[in-house]
Amino acid sequence: MNMKRQVLSTTLILGLFGLAGAGLVATVEWLTRDAREASIVAARLKNLHIVIPPQIHDNDILADRIVIDDPAFSPRFKTIVYRARKNGRPVAAAFETTAPEGYAGPIRLLIGVDIDGRLTGVRVLEHRETPGLGDGIEADRSDWIFGFTGKSIGNPPLSRWAVKKDGGDFDQFTGATITPRLVVNTVKKTLLYFDTHKDYIFSAEQPDHGERDS
Amino acid sequence: MASATVRHLIKEGLWKNNPGLVQLLGLCPLLAVTATTVNGLGLGIATTLTLIISNTIVSLIRNVVTSAIRIPVYVLVIASTVTAIELILGAWFYDLYKTLGIFIPLIVTNCAIIGRAEAFASKNTIPLAFIDGLAMGAGFTAVLVVLGTMREVLGRGTIFSGAHMLFGDAARDLQITLSGDYSGFLVAILPPGAFLGLGLLLAIKNIIDKRMEKRASTVREFPVTFHPAAGK
Repeated sequence: MNMKRQVLSTTLILGLFGLAGAGLVATVEWLTRDAREASIVAARLKNLHIVIPPQIHDNDILADRIVIDDPAFSPRFKTIVYRARKNGRPVAAAFETTAPEGYAGPIRLLIGVDIDGRLTGVRVLEHRETPGLGDGIEADRSDWIFGFTGKSIGNPPLSRWAVKKDGGDFDQFTGATITPRLVVNTVKKTLLYFDTHKDYIFSAEQPDHGERDS
Repeated sequence: MASATVRHLIKEGLWKNNPGLVQLLGLCPLLAVTATTVNGLGLGIATTLTLIISNTIVSLIRNVVTSAIRIPVYVLVIASTVTAIELILGAWFYDLYKTLGIFIPLIVTNCAIIGRAEAFASKNTIPLAFIDGLAMGAGFTAVLVVLGTMREVLGRGTIFSGAHMLFGDAARDLQITLSGDYSGFLVAILPPGAFLGLGLLLAIKNIIDKRMEKRASTVREFPVTFHPAAGK
């Protein structure tokens, strides 16, 4: 009998601690939810405003977006296009896309293009390339990524859209060719897609509206 | 609470029984995130907070929890604390939260935390458990920061890069670049650099300990050899 009571009280205590722990986590989750969502949105907007200057558009660029389903981009990852407009007229677009075959895994890029097909900026959002070699694609590590700004298809000519080792105009890094080659090719593909799908990009309805940010 | 006990606890946490250098607990995060000073400091602060909160709660409930269920209860306490801290970091320190990534939830598995709960907090009063958590956390943070600084200086030639993740955008200027065109010593940034660096720190600590031991023993002999009567 005594034994039974002991088991019961121990179980009860353990259960109470489980409830208390879950209660604490739920409370903190509820208290921080708005701030966390605001942080995610702010971080995204900050990135977008690096590749698309904030003064050239006046729309809610984060909400004005479409998901692209096209063989030009890897089907394994979502490619999202954010559309910048001023007074309702399209001015630029930012592609959030993933190049799947980096040296050490996928590389997530944000590519800004203005309405004339000129790059307004390129940034690497996420990568796992070798520190000290392939990570030169990061804006914090080297100036390499800034070299894209102002370039377009035609400047340089399409045949020179490659790293120097492949006969193109873009530098590779000492000891790392795969990483810059992939970034250059992805930017090139994005520009070509933009060139041929401009009208679609700015007129497409937003199929993912209402979907939660993740 | 006697101040001698407090001093003893602080000495234990920072040096004599340092979780990183003596107990060698929590090596996984210690080695993984210390590529820079700021990462080390960030994880150190998060770990210290966890230690303080979990130690305090464990001490608070030490008379309620029977020994049969103490381990599951400690795990519950630590896991809830870490989850709450992770949510808070995601809300107000988003960049740091992104950088530390998986290593925040992994604080749960840092044996130093459940180790202190079991070995100290469950047997001591709340203020002592609080101080023990603070001291152990500070000791762990110190090792993370020293190792992070070593690796960052050798690997990148900078100190405090990414300080804005912890202290806001105003802290961007905190970064010190030691040499403009330093190409970096790659091994220091990669995982082997963490092991080599920690090994070096352990060796330095042992050398200092040996020296202090030697000095302590010569001081003890001193009055005997120079006893005024000995000269006659």
